[in-house]
Amino acid sequence: MYAALKNRFAAWLFQWRGPESGPIVLVQRRVFILPTRQGYAFAVVLLLMLTGSINYSLGLGFVLTFLLGALGVNAMIYTFRNLANLRVAGGRAQPVFAGDIARFEIHLENPGTAERHAIGLTPDRKEAVYVDVPARGAAAAVVGVAAPRRGWLRPGRITLFTRFPLGLYYAWAYCELDTQCLVYPRPASPGLPLPPASCGAGTGIERGQGQEDFSGLRPYHVGDSPRHIAWKLAARDAGLLTKQFAGQAEAELWLDWARLPPAMGVEERLSHLARWVLDAHAAGLAYGMRLPGETVELAAGDAQRDRCLKALALFESAAPRPATQAMGHD
Amino acid sequence: MTESGQALALRHVLCLLASLALVTVPHAPRLPWWIGALAAALAAWRAYLGHLRLALPNRWLLLPLAAAATVGVYLHYRTLFGRDAGVALLVVMLALKLLETRSLRDGMLLAFLSYFLIVTNFFYSQSIPTALYMLACTWFITATVVSLHYGRAEPPFTASLRAAGSMLAHAAPLTLAFFLLFPRVQGPLWGLPHDAYAGVSGLSDTMTPGSISNLILSDAVAFRVRFESANPAHRHLYWRGPVMWDFDGRTWSASRFFHSPPEPPQLSGERVAYEITIEPHGKRWLFALDLPAAAPPRALVSSDFQVLSLEPVNQRMRYEMVSYLGSAHGAQERRLALRRALQLPPGSNPRTLEYARALRERFPDDREYINQVLAQFRAQNFLYTLSPALLGEHPVDDFLFRTREGFCEHYASAFVVLMRAAGIPARVVTGYLGGEVNQLGNYIIVRQSDAHAWTEVWLSDRGWVRIDPTAAVSPLRVDAGISAAVPRTDPLPLLVRGDFELLRQLRLTLDLVANAWNQWVLGYTPERQRRFLASVGVSEATWQTLAVALLGITTLIMAGLAVLMLRQIRTRVRDPVRIAYARFCAKLERRGCARRPAEGPADYARRLERLRPDLSAAVNAITRLYIALRYGAGAGPAELAELKRLVRQFTA
Repeated sequence: MYAALKNRFAAWLFQWRGPESGPIVLVQRRVFILPTRQGYAFAVVLLLMLTGSINYSLGLGFVLTFLLGALGVNAMIYTFRNLANLRVAGGRAQPVFAGDIARFEIHLENPGTAERHAIGLTPDRKEAVYVDVPARGAAAAVVGVAAPRRGWLRPGRITLFTRFPLGLYYAWAYCELDTQCLVYPRPASPGLPLPPASCGAGTGIERGQGQEDFSGLRPYHVGDSPRHIAWKLAARDAGLLTKQFAGQAEAELWLDWARLPPAMGVEERLSHLARWVLDAHAAGLAYGMRLPGETVELAAGDAQRDRCLKALALFESAAPRPATQAMGHD
Repeated sequence: MTESGQALALRHVLCLLASLALVTVPHAPRLPWWIGALAAALAAWRAYLGHLRLALPNRWLLLPLAAAATVGVYLHYRTLFGRDAGVALLVVMLALKLLETRSLRDGMLLAFLSYFLIVTNFFYSQSIPTALYMLACTWFITATVVSLHYGRAEPPFTASLRAAGSMLAHAAPLTLAFFLLFPRVQGPLWGLPHDAYAGVSGLSDTMTPGSISNLILSDAVAFRVRFESANPAHRHLYWRGPVMWDFDGRTWSASRFFHSPPEPPQLSGERVAYEITIEPHGKRWLFALDLPAAAPPRALVSSDFQVLSLEPVNQRMRYEMVSYLGSAHGAQERRLALRRALQLPPGSNPRTLEYARALRERFPDDREYINQVLAQFRAQNFLYTLSPALLGEHPVDDFLFRTREGFCEHYASAFVVLMRAAGIPARVVTGYLGGEVNQLGNYIIVRQSDAHAWTEVWLSDRGWVRIDPTAAVSPLRVDAGISAAVPRTDPLPLLVRGDFELLRQLRLTLDLVANAWNQWVLGYTPERQRRFLASVGVSEATWQTLAVALLGITTLIMAGLAVLMLRQIRTRVRDPVRIAYARFCAKLERRGCARRPAEGPADYARRLERLRPDLSAAVNAITRLYIALRYGAGAGPAELAELKRLVRQFTA
């Protein structure tokens, strides 16, 4: 109850409004500022100096106290200026596997003539990255966000903050960018062996003797001829691989949802399928994938891998979710 | 450096070390030598550890060190409190803190304490050079703080210095406003430690041969005087200080008990009004010309017309006085006082007493006797010098009959002894004589080197009459000042001698600056503040009105600074091409054909073609020019002028 109220209050105060498309300009009302612990310590020192100056009637003590006091008050403007009016835009984020850290590229553009120093970005107020943005220039920061589940991942509410130049104030702004990162299911480890390839219609298992034209390697399956095993690679700890030859029939490798043990849950199946996709890709095979209600046609290469993994990531998933949020502020 | 727990880099440690060293160095001569050595050793140790990236020492090593240093401070000062011991302790603890300075947080604390250490320097000196030095220290420390907060790409230290310099410059207006308007209260808020005002010089309440001539060697300022009207002549400028009644054969001392207030003197003679700004001297005397008419606030006039402050003069203070030059006083002096003014220690200076008795037999009239004694001083080749020969067991005897050279205290002392021996009540008055007129600021500077001693004798028909025996020996001392009176070989301070006109002018200019500094910076007291506010039209300022005024001014200044600062981060649309196109769009928007947010110029033009075929020629021309100017190459000022013209003529 209290947490919910606090959350509502913070949402009102800080104008959290969900993801925003396009670059976000940190206008005045988006930037908040509070003294830091050092700021309070500075105030205490100034108070001591003031009492000393009064008690001992130190004219210069007054001058110094007021000078530092004015500096401390002005520092609010400097710190605010260091953050305000930056343009924040989300960049590309390479897909990651669930459980890894999604790295969101965030572009900061400084339209003004004052250089911005030590701008921190943090998704969770624990770990932060810092960038300097040159005057009339731009800089990119990579913010790591934990990706616990497959699907689309938003960076969530990123806090941009700065304490520059004196560390007496903490200015911050919230940015919820409309950028997202694809999170693949975590590949099962250890995975099941690849399913055996079925033959294409109307072709034999082997056709002719054209075994001279080496075309690639694939993982060893029980039943492969020992003559086709790449023994030299096996000796180098590469695992057992079977050499494939051009004359060989194109085996149709189908990574099939239905082939997995029926006892497996949805996520576990996806996880094993992801492992198969990676194994098949590593072996350079052509493969297709069958999911309930979706089929990825037979193909090979990076694009096929990405297609399959994306299908797995978005299998039966709803709209993109934001990352888990850390509430409150310093 | 961005996280408060982040470890400090070596260059930051060195900057902090330098900050601390800068503010500690002025303290060094005042501290026991071992504290300086300890602090330097600890600093060197910290730099060494930082250089080799070694771990800092364990707390269990530092704690005994801190305890030992505290004991050392206690043994040296016999206390842990008070100004000197406090500063010593602070320096030691800061040096020890260096060895605990690991992170940004520690570094910030160290910087703040360095600021604090600056204030402790003001206990000892608030001169202009000190102020400039400490301003430089503030600058350096601020730059250090800035350098601690740069991101990964830290610019060189000069950039931090530049940033800190401009920040301090920005802080100046607010500082000035606060300095002038912050409601001042009269310190101290609580009792000061006994050593708060140690080491100031001035007249003392005793006078032995040599005590004043030692003071003469100092050209420190005793006080400054500004007369309401024209400055009186030099020979009237007898600044009355401690009056000495009691003599033990060598030393004169001022009365230790209060006299009852004086009977109101018949004030006659020239009235002069003046304002004195006195430097702290740790005693209670305030100085005034003969004869002070009334005591300033928080002071009283004793029956021998000393002006005494209720508290010792421990800080520079200002007071206004009115005196009547040459006014007689004490015609009805009490018998007790007269008896006291006749006392001589039995058995000392026998030759002098014998001489006085003999002389008195020849001159029974008081005035004739006095004139005769003065004539003796004149006739017998007495020498006025700063470095007289040493005197023996009977100093007056020695002075009168053997050495015959001395300074004003010798003459005053001998004269009073001769008077008292002849039955004429007499006393010694010490103070200052004359002063230097600073034409630039039209005020008089009275220095310690103007210290003087003269006498007063009591005549039954006139009361107390001032007689300056020094004048008999060296009339120049009275008429022209000390530098004219003593032989050129005497070791007067160079600046007191008026030989170098250029130097003298320079010195007077400097004193003018110093005086303004004293009056406006150091002596900006509640009283001064009240007067300043009255001069700008705020006559009855309470602290509430001051607070409101400060708040208003602070807001104004901050708003000004904010405008100045935030202009640097604003996006400026200065591109004439975009301005022209924006005007074109605005014209269309008024006709209900607004451009959509994500619509490119070419798409917009195509849509307009459908919406308003009548405008197609102009729209196409403008769009083509805009695209060429904004995205293409080879478009120049001619095209821009054409675009501007088309937009101007465009009507939807």
